[in-house]
Amino acid sequence: MFAVFRDLIRYNIEFTIGLILVGVVVLFACLSFFSPVDPSLIYTTIPDQPPSAQFWFGTNSRGQDMFWQLSAAFRNSLTFGLTVAVLSRIISIAVGLTAGYLGGWVDRVLMFVNDIFVAIPIFPVLVLFYFVLRNNMDSFTLALIMACFGWPFDARLIRSVALGLKHREFTRHAVFAGMSTRKILLEEHLPYVMPIVFSTFMNNMLWSIGLEVTLAVLGFTNINNPTIGTALYWANSHSAMVVGVWWWIAIPVILMVMTFIGLFLLAISMNEYIDPRSRLRRMGA
Amino acid sequence: MTTLLDVRNVSKRFTMGGIFGRKTIDAVMDASFSLSSENPEIFTIIGESGSGKTTLARMILGLEDPTEGDILFRGEKVDRHAGRAERLKFMSRVQPVFQNPFEAFNPLKEIERYLESTARRFLGTSDKAAIDKAMDDSLQKVGLSLKEVRGRFPHEMSGGQLQRCAIARALIPNPPLLIADEPVSMVDASLRMSIVNLLKSLRDDLKVSVIYITHDLATAYYISNRLIIMQRGRIVEMGDARTVLDNPEHAYSRLLKASVLSTDHAGAGKLETDPGMLDLANDSVGRAGELVARPDGRHVRVYA
Amino acid sequence: MTQENDIILQVEGLKAYYQMNYFGVNREVRAVDDITMTMRKNEVYGIAGESSSGKTSFIKVLAAAIRPPLRVVEGTVKYNFKNGPIDVTTASPEQIETVRWKHLSYIMQGSMSVLNPVRRIGRTFQDFAQRPLGLSGRAFEDRVVKHLARLNLPADVLKAYPHELSGGMRQRVTIGLATVCHPEFIIADEPTTALDVVVQKEVLSLIRDIQKEMGASVVFVTHDMSVHANVADRVGIIYAGRLVEEGPTRQMFFTPKHPYTAHLVASLPRIGDTQQRPALEGRPPNLADPPQGCRFHPRCPLAVDKCRKEVPPMIEVAPGQRSACWRWEDVKPLVNIAAPAGAMA
Repeated sequence: MFAVFRDLIRYNIEFTIGLILVGVVVLFACLSFFSPVDPSLIYTTIPDQPPSAQFWFGTNSRGQDMFWQLSAAFRNSLTFGLTVAVLSRIISIAVGLTAGYLGGWVDRVLMFVNDIFVAIPIFPVLVLFYFVLRNNMDSFTLALIMACFGWPFDARLIRSVALGLKHREFTRHAVFAGMSTRKILLEEHLPYVMPIVFSTFMNNMLWSIGLEVTLAVLGFTNINNPTIGTALYWANSHSAMVVGVWWWIAIPVILMVMTFIGLFLLAISMNEYIDPRSRLRRMGA
Repeated sequence: MTTLLDVRNVSKRFTMGGIFGRKTIDAVMDASFSLSSENPEIFTIIGESGSGKTTLARMILGLEDPTEGDILFRGEKVDRHAGRAERLKFMSRVQPVFQNPFEAFNPLKEIERYLESTARRFLGTSDKAAIDKAMDDSLQKVGLSLKEVRGRFPHEMSGGQLQRCAIARALIPNPPLLIADEPVSMVDASLRMSIVNLLKSLRDDLKVSVIYITHDLATAYYISNRLIIMQRGRIVEMGDARTVLDNPEHAYSRLLKASVLSTDHAGAGKLETDPGMLDLANDSVGRAGELVARPDGRHVRVYA
Repeated sequence: MTQENDIILQVEGLKAYYQMNYFGVNREVRAVDDITMTMRKNEVYGIAGESSSGKTSFIKVLAAAIRPPLRVVEGTVKYNFKNGPIDVTTASPEQIETVRWKHLSYIMQGSMSVLNPVRRIGRTFQDFAQRPLGLSGRAFEDRVVKHLARLNLPADVLKAYPHELSGGMRQRVTIGLATVCHPEFIIADEPTTALDVVVQKEVLSLIRDIQKEMGASVVFVTHDMSVHANVADRVGIIYAGRLVEEGPTRQMFFTPKHPYTAHLVASLPRIGDTQQRPALEGRPPNLADPPQGCRFHPRCPLAVDKCRKEVPPMIEVAPGQRSACWRWEDVKPLVNIAAPAGAMA
């Protein structure tokens, strides 16, 4: 695994760029742990200062240092994205592998549920949740809800791979070697779907962060919790562009684009190297 | 005499298609035979693709339910839906070997893993030394050793070696019955005979009964004691391997034998099949007929 | 006996390697290592070899399908077609295009993967053969229908999709596809491997008949020696990237002069014969790191010191039969497979 990682950095330019972009953003987000100010407080500093040596990213109309504000926002957004991706991956792996391997009525029931989730329009549902929960809706609750909606497409993908694996002879050998269904799924089949899991992981993060931004910009989340989306929400509500506080909008957007491009590059380079072993095999190793 | 395996009037019907245009396919029709516990033998099921030979094997392994009839192993019904303990008990007595040695083991995992799991599960021990010994003993039986296999991945071995590992794995619980579904058809020519000879020595030296499923009449003749020939789900001829193959009686058996490419006239290019033979063999497709015993011990399907 | 104009294919000192750079590590697999052979017109030449022996790579070169990472490192592959000689190792893609299908065609292994599953057979025929034949509309269809009739296929198959035909029918369609332009040279790569015995015999006899009728040369690749026994005029055995023996089929079966051939022949069981058959131990070598000297020596029962050090040359050991073995004089058939008396009459 480590060797593959190292070789990817050395020979895959997309992967390297993606890693650098995401790395920079992650590093920036981690700085928030050392933040000298509490990002939830307002009017801690002079408002509306342009970027300078003292305020690297400037300050906003709410009297917050944008550097520390955005650092916290990115930490929250990335954590949010990771949570959604990890949780929804777990569901999609469990559903996909089980449905594919067991087949029969289990498969039919799981895929029926799967298709219901595919069909439900997620955006109105999230808005509805916001109206019900209001300020009880914190990041984690939102992540849980989105994780519940982020798995069905990938579960189908994993199921299709599992369906193929089910009929491979080694699966039957594993059965006759007395392995339990759980062991077959986790040890025999899971390695085959890991490449899919990795690449969909990135896509899922992109999707969830993007959706969170959309919700926040429209004000359908807890706007006092700093995230990329709420940063933009406040900028918008203070008419940042109109009053000329351009850095309030421009800097988060640049950072966000960096994150998105980075994650996207990681996802496609993962896709390309979806199974390094099969490449080796194709070469007659 | 006790019976090891008793296949009684087994049929399997598959239903294909959805709500519209539902089609049924009779994969196996009314198959019966039995193996005795006392004389281990190589019992061959010969058939072309679509003959139902693999379906029959899957039913014997309990991977598929018969639509009609029963399969009894030592008097107990082979049941796919039996509890896990029952199934494990069955698996410790009947083990399979499949067609493609390159697929027999997960290419991402060490080969040893499967042997170890088999030993742990069926010998009921978690003692490392005992497991290693069981693995090594079993590998020795197939002409390998644990030292050669330990830590190796499937791509590091030849097809012949992999197939032997697969057989070694199957032998770990000391099963009295082995089901080998085309075990040599994907092994290279130069390595093929080592597997065939191994099956023979399993029977002769280890007293394991083998159900050998194949389309190859020549290897069947070479190793088997008894055989059945299947045509489109029906057994058309059954009996002593050499009696049947030396002088097949059913039209389809005769066609199969005539289609075997002989090397006797190497270079002469004799490839004509008597068209009358083909018609005669096709004529019996779909007709029920009846299996009739002959004085030389064979059973042949005859049509009224 | 062989005159210059009687030869259709001349392979000389062919070396084709897979050269790869994977993650910065250079790898070289010597799939074809110094093969020299010739083929006459109107001959069926059987090539036998196990998986990863290099026979597939050899066929790729013969079929002028040399694509990276496979590279011809040395040697020539000269065809002597009616429209002039061509060396496929140096010819331009345009030149190869002029001979492909019209002079040089192939019958492939998986009929399902050759025939486009979403196209009717008739469209596939148009795709492959219309341009080389240079016929339009009706004339082309007439030609195809006539040709299919020759293969005992009704004209209706042109309207069918591949999945609607049986395996044997599909294989006959691919044979039809390969032969409709009356090529001079046909490469048949395991054309019957996936077929049942009854159909296999039928297809083999069809290939043989149509080859005789058209006077084409056929390279017939399969690992199944019993197929070679019945189809090939001459057989060449490839082991670990090298041709180790070649000769007239009958001689190869009854008086093999290479221990590997002897083993291949002896390992074929026959109905009516219960002699114990020997098995060959060991495994074919890894072509990225083949053994020194004769590549067969680690598995050879006759191997001596010389075999481990020096590569045996291909020498004529009997009329028309060449073998690359230092000890060819000591090679005896391993089991008694002499033809029954009068069998050849």
